[in-house]
Amino acid sequence: MSSWLDYTINGLIVGNVYALVAVGLALIFGVSRLINFAQGSIYLVGAYIGWVAVVQLHTPLPLTIILVAVVAALVGLIIERFGLRPLQNSVRIAPLLATIGISFVLDQLVMLTFSPNPRALPSQLPDVRFQVGGGTIGPLDLLIAGVGITSALLLFVFLRYSKLGWAVRAASQDRDAAMQMGVDVNRVNQAVFGIAAALGGVSGMLVGMYYNQIDTAMSLQATLKGVVAEVVGGAGNVPGAVVGSLLLGLVESYGVAVFGTSYRNLFAFLLLVVVLVLRPNGLFASARQAPPEPLTGTFIAPSRPLRIPCWALSAAVAVFAILPLLPVSFYVLQTLINAWLLGMLALSLTLVAGTIGQVSLGHAALLAIGAYTSALLSLTLNLPVGLAIIAGGLMSAALGTILISPSFRLRGHYVSIATLAIGEIVSLVILNWESVTRGPIGISGIPPLSLFGYDLISPASIYWFAFAVMVVLALLQARLLSSHLGRSFRAIRDDDIAARAYGLSLNRYKSLAFIFGGFAAGVSGGIAAHLYSYINHETFNTQQSILALTVVILGGLGNVVGAIVGAVALVGLPEVFRIAAEYRILIYGIVLLLLVRFRPQGLLGTI
Amino acid sequence: MAEANAPLLSLRGLTRRFGGLTAVDGIDLDLAKGGLVSIIGPNGAGKTTLFNLVTGLDRPDAGEVRFEGQDITGLSPERLAAQGIARTFQLGRVFGNLSVMDNVLIGAHTRLRAVKPAVPVIGPLLELGLALLRPASVKAEEERLRDDVKAIVARFGERLLPRIDQPAYSLSYANRRRVEIARALALKPRLLLLDEPTAGMNPSETAEMQALVAELKTEGLTILLIEHKLEMVMQLSDRVIVMDEGKKIAEGPGEQVRTDPKVIEAYLGHGLSGAAEQENAA
Ligand SMILES: Nc1ncnc2c1ncn2[C@@H]1O[C@H](COP(=O)(O)OP(=O)(O)OP(=O)(O)O)[C@@H](O)[C@H]1O
Ligand SMILES: [Mg+2]
Repeated sequence: MSSWLDYTINGLIVGNVYALVAVGLALIFGVSRLINFAQGSIYLVGAYIGWVAVVQLHTPLPLTIILVAVVAALVGLIIERFGLRPLQNSVRIAPLLATIGISFVLDQLVMLTFSPNPRALPSQLPDVRFQVGGGTIGPLDLLIAGVGITSALLLFVFLRYSKLGWAVRAASQDRDAAMQMGVDVNRVNQAVFGIAAALGGVSGMLVGMYYNQIDTAMSLQATLKGVVAEVVGGAGNVPGAVVGSLLLGLVESYGVAVFGTSYRNLFAFLLLVVVLVLRPNGLFASARQAPPEPLTGTFIAPSRPLRIPCWALSAAVAVFAILPLLPVSFYVLQTLINAWLLGMLALSLTLVAGTIGQVSLGHAALLAIGAYTSALLSLTLNLPVGLAIIAGGLMSAALGTILISPSFRLRGHYVSIATLAIGEIVSLVILNWESVTRGPIGISGIPPLSLFGYDLISPASIYWFAFAVMVVLALLQARLLSSHLGRSFRAIRDDDIAARAYGLSLNRYKSLAFIFGGFAAGVSGGIAAHLYSYINHETFNTQQSILALTVVILGGLGNVVGAIVGAVALVGLPEVFRIAAEYRILIYGIVLLLLVRFRPQGLLGTI
Repeated sequence: MAEANAPLLSLRGLTRRFGGLTAVDGIDLDLAKGGLVSIIGPNGAGKTTLFNLVTGLDRPDAGEVRFEGQDITGLSPERLAAQGIARTFQLGRVFGNLSVMDNVLIGAHTRLRAVKPAVPVIGPLLELGLALLRPASVKAEEERLRDDVKAIVARFGERLLPRIDQPAYSLSYANRRRVEIARALALKPRLLLLDEPTAGMNPSETAEMQALVAELKTEGLTILLIEHKLEMVMQLSDRVIVMDEGKKIAEGPGEQVRTDPKVIEAYLGHGLSGAAEQENAA
């Protein structure tokens, strides 16, 4: 039996680990107002460097720690120098997207180098436990506590007593003033990224040792946990991040004690959503602070969208419509069906992220809601598949909007965090709500697509069905964009304060955008469920959210035709070049990075 | 004099603190229907913060705002816009990626009726449906507003009209300021708050802007104006209020305020910034 003291110790130790990640995030946010989504990837790199050191090089523990810190810091410096510095003067969305892209590239590189299978990471410490009061504590706990406290002290000394540390503090208080006083912002950024990466890397290694296991899924989890802790403590607030981390560790540990392990993450994300809703500036920030006028820069890259003449679009639609009548292989049709499904998701995301500026990282959750609704309705209530898919779209619109609504008052990077967390919550609920979703087993035997009683079995009929649905959704969205709602959404994206001053309610219009977008995504998920005939909680994952985001950026934010062109390009090109599946995500990440850097307006331009 | 009427806008003891700093400190102000009151004061005096409090973008720590006798303190900016309060922003907040037409149409948002039925709960869904279906009434309303926008934009002569379909980010600075004012006018405001409408404009552009504001005043619009260019303030205002460090330090007709030793002191104390600088240059 574990005692409460054990849970407390465990919570504090885990909290200590989170703190190492969160402090880095807070430092970076402080000086560059950026939430570094790649922080978890550095943590992952740290864990694997630790593995190489311990298992292959057999380094002694102190040397392992130093090695991990140095290599991770180098990775951090490279990210800062080549990933972010070139974007210093670009639009606000650019660095956000860049860290997301970097994170995917790093994760994939680690996965390709070390294989996705979990590995054991022995701690090199004697396996004894000391009795402390009613609980026990082991050498590894002490090591983690020691590393945490030592890092905190080093950081304190650095920030307080070194010249560079002073510059970091100055830059995070008032960047412009600091620059005027001659602070070299590049050096400050370098310092901050190096420190953050070193701490993050060591943290990854310690966690690997703590659970004696490392795998590539650690990255996203670490980013999320670090961000939760940082936001709870108040973004950019370094001591706040430490307190937030310990609090998060304790909440999780006690939550696990009461409800069981599978709920661990649920508590973390619920804590995040509660804090974001009730105290978006963190627990320790002063009550309310209006943002100073104005927010610098624009959110998306200004551009003149490419006008594609109507006849050209009609011709393209006609060509794709008669394609199955031509002698094309099953493989081509199959690929294009995937492209149409992704196209629907991209339509949804381009509306939400592009038109109204809410960069959602949890869009796959909308697919999942649509898929589960449609599958369950057709299986349990024998609803005709066509109706079930529409019901899936409606459920996704309704539930998705309700779930996302706590994030409506947030802006910029916070929306991305909140949607990422809400996406995770959805997949955790699907996993744990066994009586409805059948939990980890998933749903099998989903009836095939059918329309008015006819099963759509042949590839051509499935192709036509998916294509027709996508074209209808695209036409509806184009019509929406040309209405007063189109301009209202875009106004909110460009400047939500000015929009409010002219009577636009953010809740109302963000809801409408999510309702419309949720429907398209839900329909896409519903069709996918009947196509695959089996789904589980992992069918619709974060990788798909990121893929959709890449599609949207590639096509041009808010651009309806662009979303479809992007989907065809990103699904089709890897097939054309026969790129092996495991390299695709890597390539999507690289494409995202290159776009953000060299063509932020995408192929067809933002609208 | 218009001053005798019941005030359209009245502020009592309005206060806003940021940490240790009191940006707006117990401000009282009355603005009669059809009147034009200017607020001047050195940089950081709290003028913009006062505007934010009146337009609901920020909430006061103490005091009240009354509009037509109604207490509107702390109402949301959306509600206040619907009541007919429009403002421009000191540093310009046009919607960069929207065309001039769309920018100004956003100004007319609170006037949408056909497409925004005032039905509780399902109102937003109806709005979505109407936007997609676009029955004749919705189309007609949109056309009417577009014509209105063209008329408003035409007030700026040939400055904006030829560029009406261009995105706002491609406009010159002065033109963006004009778009802001056009957007505010499209709301058909009952109270217009202008935050330094001529900031960054050259003398001829300033003169045009002054003529426009004078015209709006003769049309009966009630205006609260923040402006550093004293000549313009003197010629346009019924009354001038001088703020310094959040407090009202003087109030009265232009000429009287201008020679008030406290006002001169305030400007000199701030190192000849703001209005004093402008005046010296003139
Ligand atoms: N959101 C905010 N948080 C903290 N302090 C603020 C905020 N907004 C304004 N201030 C401070 O309040 C004071 C008044 O600012 P305000 O912008 O109202 O001055 P102003 O009279 O409009 O000046 P200017 O002529 O330069 O426009 C300044 O010291 C400013 O730094
Ligand atoms: Mg101001």
